[in-house]
Amino acid sequence: MLYPLDPIYVCERCFGPLEVVYDYEALAAQPLRSVFASGPRSIWRYEPLLPVDRIAEIDLQPGWSPLVHSQRLGRALGLRQLYIKNDSVNPTWSFKDRVVGVAIAAARRFGFEVVACASTGNLAHAVAAHAARAGLRACVFIPKGLERGKVVATAAYGPTIVEVEGNYDEVNRLCAEIAEEHRWAFVNVNLRPYYSEGGKTLGFEVAEQLGWRAPDHVVVPVASGSLLVKIHKGLQELQRTGVIPDLRTRVHGAQAAGCAPVAAAFAEGREEIHPVKPNTIARSLAIGAPADGRYVLRLARDTGGRVLAVTDEEIVEGIRLLAETEGIFTETAGGVTIGVLRALAGQDAFAPDDVVVAYVTGIGLKTLEAVETRLTPPITIRPALREFERAVLELVG
Amino acid sequence: MATIRIPTPLRKLTADQRTVRADGGTLVELVEDLERQFPGIKSRIVDGDGNVHAFVNIFVDDEDVRFLQGLRTPVGPEAEVAIIPAMAGG
Repeated sequence: MLYPLDPIYVCERCFGPLEVVYDYEALAAQPLRSVFASGPRSIWRYEPLLPVDRIAEIDLQPGWSPLVHSQRLGRALGLRQLYIKNDSVNPTWSFKDRVVGVAIAAARRFGFEVVACASTGNLAHAVAAHAARAGLRACVFIPKGLERGKVVATAAYGPTIVEVEGNYDEVNRLCAEIAEEHRWAFVNVNLRPYYSEGGKTLGFEVAEQLGWRAPDHVVVPVASGSLLVKIHKGLQELQRTGVIPDLRTRVHGAQAAGCAPVAAAFAEGREEIHPVKPNTIARSLAIGAPADGRYVLRLARDTGGRVLAVTDEEIVEGIRLLAETEGIFTETAGGVTIGVLRALAGQDAFAPDDVVVAYVTGIGLKTLEAVETRLTPPITIRPALREFERAVLELVG
Repeated sequence: MATIRIPTPLRKLTADQRTVRADGGTLVELVEDLERQFPGIKSRIVDGDGNVHAFVNIFVDDEDVRFLQGLRTPVGPEAEVAIIPAMAGG
């Protein structure tokens, strides 16, 4: 059933999600590679495949983050063509700037005055920043007890922050109910069909940065599952419009063992997702009832990918491994991605020359609590050469 | 009688009422009573096999019934039941 571009998010008949569709035939007739190349160095270079137009005066220019050929980490894992998509390089240091950039443009288009969200932290941060830039009021809902860095960073933009006494899934349920009764732009509820389309740009960019080809594998963190699904949708759209020649990407999902409803269903061969109560340091992935979980399962199975989970200990090891080999300090979700990347390599899921892209979607500075007690603390010395030689020289080597 | 919060896509069936009241000792019985009052609503909530539709979440007193007993979840006379589209968040 087709609906007009309105602030609606589910089918009236079956409650199923609404997907934005484009006139792919007309798009395929355009020289899309050069259209994209002549666009801004942000998500908006892909405007023909986004559901709303860029509004220049409110644009915070999210996207066009580095794709890093990760040779040191690759050597550690036996991969010659490993790339990290470092999406901590964004206006609020996570991939959420992409989805919010699109959602805020939609909110303006539909005439909303208040933007809101249910968030595990990064989204609240992005909504607060983009709303400030757009001159809209922001009200963000988060579970109580999030990492301090995420809450303080969000507060800097002056939104109303509502801490809910419950987990993310309870925050999400509350927001879905509020969105029914109040005309607010909940970016991940009533604007979700627009918001989620922003995730496609992580597929578009990687293909462009690889010289217009799809990678052989992607490894993507899974919270609601939307990002993984949209990265693949982006690659599919490039193929459908003739921008890339073919698409054989295996899609792998990464979850934390303390919140792994999709990985559990994958391991057990189930179709349905059984929700869980999250208990993990990867709070940005702590969604126990993931809306897109079934689509992640289907995609992983259909493309020959896998959905795996790693323990909190392995998450911290992943954070350290990425930092120590590539100089990229990621948050816990990135630790999950690297942990699962390593597990996949250990299972021989990759051939040595496969092009593998791992998505690092947020910065480590926002989740210091997760690692600070597990890192080597500084050495304190008096300002004396002898002291330096006694206490430091041997350590550095 | 329990109170049921009705989401927008179902309000055409409830004459635009946002909340309605229904009787039943369990969620199954409650849905049957809803169907008696608002014909056609049951098939929008429950599939042919008697399971809650994939894109619908039901909460009894703020708890997701998937953590309780699904449609066999007991419903007290003062219970608040919410029917909510599942495709939100993330």
